[in-house]
Amino acid sequence: MHIPDGFLNIGTVAATFVVSAGGVGNAVRVANKKLGEKHVPLMGILAAFIFAAQMLNFPVAGGTSGHLIGAALAAILLGPWAAVLIMSCVLIAQSLIFQDGGLLALGANIFNMGIVASFSGYYLYRLFVSMRGENRRSQLIGGFVGAWGSVFLASIVCAIELAVSGTSPIQVALPAMAGVHALIGIGEGLITGAVLSLVLATRADLLQLQKV
Amino acid sequence: MKTKWWLIALLVCLAVASFSPLASSSPDGLERVAEDKGFIDVGKEAPYQIIADYVFPGIENEALATILAGWIGTLILFGMAYGVAWLLKSRKREPVK
Repeated sequence: MHIPDGFLNIGTVAATFVVSAGGVGNAVRVANKKLGEKHVPLMGILAAFIFAAQMLNFPVAGGTSGHLIGAALAAILLGPWAAVLIMSCVLIAQSLIFQDGGLLALGANIFNMGIVASFSGYYLYRLFVSMRGENRRSQLIGGFVGAWGSVFLASIVCAIELAVSGTSPIQVALPAMAGVHALIGIGEGLITGAVLSLVLATRADLLQLQKV
Repeated sequence: MKTKWWLIALLVCLAVASFSPLASSSPDGLERVAEDKGFIDVGKEAPYQIIADYVFPGIENEALATILAGWIGTLILFGMAYGVAWLLKSRKREPVK
């Protein structure tokens, strides 16, 4: 869902840059207060894993592929503000070094896949676990739900940005983006559930870290 | 000395990146929509290229070039996020000099 340059008009570029800069700024403030010694290596590992996993496009219906975003996974393990920082690192490196996602579109990409996906994934997971209890089964299903929702919502926000920019009318962009990402979100949910299951089996204590 | 858990986890991440040549080359969700709805051509190329499209330049074997790009990126991201977290972590419990 990395938006290249040219898809967004200057107003959308400016607005998303301002909002994302504010979001990252606040993430820095929160991390400064809450981030502890034990969070540090996990932040590095999650960024490394998300980068690597994002390269593995999996096929979905009709000659289309999708890949993990990873924001929900990071937010479930570390909290939404820490996830905003991790996703910003990944998206900045992808844009600057790998020419994936435009330089001008970086603000929008951080907003969609960093901020929107992290917070929606985190709170959907929390909501599910608070309803179904803090056990392995509900954590894994909650992870799937949060991950799926994070992709779906991010794609809707992306469609709104395309529409506001005059690139594609909302009645065209919104159903198309939401439709294909409803499928891609299943992959996101399965990968997130699988990684959570691995963490629960090997380092369950990591899930007990204070959320940032 | 007990091996640090994150060292093993980093090796796992590098192993994950090694599967990158097997990834689907079909357009992703946004690209598919852009093609179908006729606005893919509005997109602009990046003004410069470093490791564009996750293929390390100058290597003939594309699978190898992709794996190399994946390893470099994985290590960069580990260092970047570790560094950011290390700089930002709370130091309030450490003694004041």
